[in-house]
Amino acid sequence: MFELLGIPPQALFGQVLLGLINGSFYAILSLGLAVIFGLLNIINFTHGAQYMMGAFVAWMGLNYLGLNYWAALVLSPIVVGFTGVVIERLLLKRIAHLDHLYGLLLTFGLALIVQGLFRNSYGSSGLPYQIPPQLAGGHNLGFMFLPNYRGWVVIASLVVCLATWFMIEKTKLGAYLRAATENPTLTQAFGINVPLLVTLTYGFGVALAAFAGVLAAPIYSVNPNMGADLIIVVFAVVVIGGMGSILGSIITGFSLGLIEGLTKVFYPEASATVIFIIMVLVLLVKPAGLFGRTA
Amino acid sequence: MLTEARSAGRPGAVTQPLLQVRGLEAWYGESHVLHGIDFDVAPGEVITLLGRNGAGKTTTLKSIIGIMGKRKGSVKLEGTETIGLPSRAIARLGIGYVPEERGIYSSLSVEENLLLPPQVKPGGLSLDQIFTLFPNLKERINSQGTKLSGGEQQMLAIGRILRTGANLLLLDEPTEGLAPVIIDQIGRTIAQLKQQGFTIILVEQNFRFAATVADRHYVVEQGKVIDMIPNAELDRNIDKLHGYLGV
Repeated sequence: MFELLGIPPQALFGQVLLGLINGSFYAILSLGLAVIFGLLNIINFTHGAQYMMGAFVAWMGLNYLGLNYWAALVLSPIVVGFTGVVIERLLLKRIAHLDHLYGLLLTFGLALIVQGLFRNSYGSSGLPYQIPPQLAGGHNLGFMFLPNYRGWVVIASLVVCLATWFMIEKTKLGAYLRAATENPTLTQAFGINVPLLVTLTYGFGVALAAFAGVLAAPIYSVNPNMGADLIIVVFAVVVIGGMGSILGSIITGFSLGLIEGLTKVFYPEASATVIFIIMVLVLLVKPAGLFGRTA
Repeated sequence: MLTEARSAGRPGAVTQPLLQVRGLEAWYGESHVLHGIDFDVAPGEVITLLGRNGAGKTTTLKSIIGIMGKRKGSVKLEGTETIGLPSRAIARLGIGYVPEERGIYSSLSVEENLLLPPQVKPGGLSLDQIFTLFPNLKERINSQGTKLSGGEQQMLAIGRILRTGANLLLLDEPTEGLAPVIIDQIGRTIAQLKQQGFTIILVEQNFRFAATVADRHYVVEQGKVIDMIPNAELDRNIDKLHGYLGV
């Protein structure tokens, strides 16, 4: 079997796949953050906790109600998205006119509360969630073994990301969102219900996080800390892509997952820090991010 | 007829106004800007708000459409009180607003800008009718809204609200910064809209332009309407108007 730079293909492509899977989660989560930041101007630190809630709602649905994975994939984003709607209506709306810092502190506090509640109830050791039978097993591609579920995660993430991009860039609803992001006062003066758009957008961004959480449940154990571990990297991805940039979040999310995976192969010592090194370099050269617009 | 609609008692008052503004006050934060604006606009009429910079003309339009933070008094559209309504509800009563800075969205194409405002009443112009009025827009349909020239952006801003079916148009300085040939085109458009029955409130610094399109002129000073001059009597009052405007 051939080798690339002395690396066996099984190891190389295995890490590429792992990178793509991590990239899938980075992309969906940073997309949710970008959508929320674009319209609400809020840096949603609760996002990691909402990703964790998505996984937990799937676990609870299975263990308490007998809901399978496919039902959870639809219902969990709706349930967690609804909690987002409540948070926006009850809390975020009240601080919408204040500096970004207040939103960041509020959502950070909420994240700590949510994580604490789940830790108290379910402990920190993690709960198992089985891969759905339809996606069990895998395929030997010759140069690597591809587990079906991991392939599904990449495809599902790509589809959701592209559908979200299409919705925002190519539909009337998306035009409303872009207009409200750019000039909410004028958009409202045209008869468009901007407060409702804001609420639904936050709910949608949260639902994306929950969707990622359900996808993650069979791969990682369902754990109250799963969001907190991931969210810092996701924020770095958002900064690199450009705050509020939809396409930037998707491309950067997948790309950085791949770069991280390849770093694990070629220089494992830097794999945990490579994204942050890229973030520093991007901030030095292009402070608005690779796809962001300068104000 | 407009002359029949006017009442005898009060200058500029009309018996069945489309828009009736009484004691309108407005604030920017702590700053009290409007101190009791009163005027009426009859259906199908074009009126202008004239005045020096900072007199309160733009604020009056913003207060009518409801985008001022705090406002008091009464603004009735076809008898419906709008003072407590959010701007989205006011727009849906049939008011179209073109802001001073035109408000073209850079993230939307010309077509998306045109199609953005929802239809609030039946009878709005179709895209083809808008393109007949402003042929330039058809050629630039896929361009980014803010890539258009100043004149084209103004056409887009006006065309955008004509689609909605709004019958009262608030135009804030539509000629500002435009070349004379474009100003003429805007003037012709306003005349056409008037012929089609639109009611228009125009904020203008350029009273020579205003004189070509308006039925009446309200002079605003320090947040109050201090005079009303019918367009037919403009020549007789030109010195007085110069005095008001500091020309």
